[in-house]
Amino acid sequence: MVVVDDFEIAGRRFGSRLIMGSGGYPNQQVMLDALEASGTEVVTVSIRRVSLEGYSESMVDLVGSRYTLLPNTAGCESVRDAVLTAELAREALETDWVKLELIGDRETLMPDGIQLVEAAEQLVKSGFQVLPYCTDDPILCQRLVDVGSAAVMPLGSPIGSGMGICNPFNLEMIVRRSPVPVVCDAGIGTASDAAQALEIGCDAVMLNTAVSRSNDPVRMATAMRHAIEAGRLAHGAGRIPRRRYAEPSSPQLGLIGS
Amino acid sequence: MTRQIRVNGDPVPVAATTIAALLAEQGIDRTARGVAVAVNGGVVRRTEWDETPVRDGDDIEIVRPFRGG
Repeated sequence: MVVVDDFEIAGRRFGSRLIMGSGGYPNQQVMLDALEASGTEVVTVSIRRVSLEGYSESMVDLVGSRYTLLPNTAGCESVRDAVLTAELAREALETDWVKLELIGDRETLMPDGIQLVEAAEQLVKSGFQVLPYCTDDPILCQRLVDVGSAAVMPLGSPIGSGMGICNPFNLEMIVRRSPVPVVCDAGIGTASDAAQALEIGCDAVMLNTAVSRSNDPVRMATAMRHAIEAGRLAHGAGRIPRRRYAEPSSPQLGLIGS
Repeated sequence: MTRQIRVNGDPVPVAATTIAALLAEQGIDRTARGVAVAVNGGVVRRTEWDETPVRDGDDIEIVRPFRGG
């Protein structure tokens, strides 16, 4: 039987090519069930101020023993805030991995490429394994690799938009040129989008809203697991070239009536 | 003696003289997994909470992991 191969980031191997977010689920049990159904091994978490009115469940206690927690710097708009958030995350979670998010503004949530490279460079120098969330720009991805990023995480489309992969050609170019793993992050709307990312050649997909805000998150998580596997297998098998005209798949000889 | 510091962006009067005492004063379980502290933009490791002083005017961040994508 053909099985989906493992993938590796910064020397760590994972059986699942799906990285899942933990935000926006209707409730905690649905989140736990959806994570389970997705087959993921890596779950992202944000780092936020403790509410001084007391605090509820800890993500570490809830999912930390079952999944590798990948802290993000979501919402940060400056190099200083992103670097400090990463450093707090390292202390909080005892991990030197960080999904580096540095957004340009709160309306588009689009990555600020200029600050991103600077923050990535600083964090790499401080010993972090940096996974930067970036635009689908092959040159920006190259710059992020140049400063030592462990992977690149180009967006398919804006965060939470569900618009899928808006520029598959850029993503393909990034994949073809990248010496580090490419994780398509953000914009996935449904299972076929995730499959497309893997077909294009992305090493993995990171998604959240497509599952957490679907009508049935556990069912969608299951669909994502299958889509990721299907996409990876299709990538390995190799798609046929597109052609403009029909090509019969049944024999042309021996037709009755001929 | 109370001092005025900022905790997570808000001005707070505190009697605590160390980070460990501040956490206790704010009702935060110091043994809870995932809590991290920064003072004036620099992380203070958990092992240093007992010795690190809280000074007047300090800007302190206390964070932990939350849900997120």
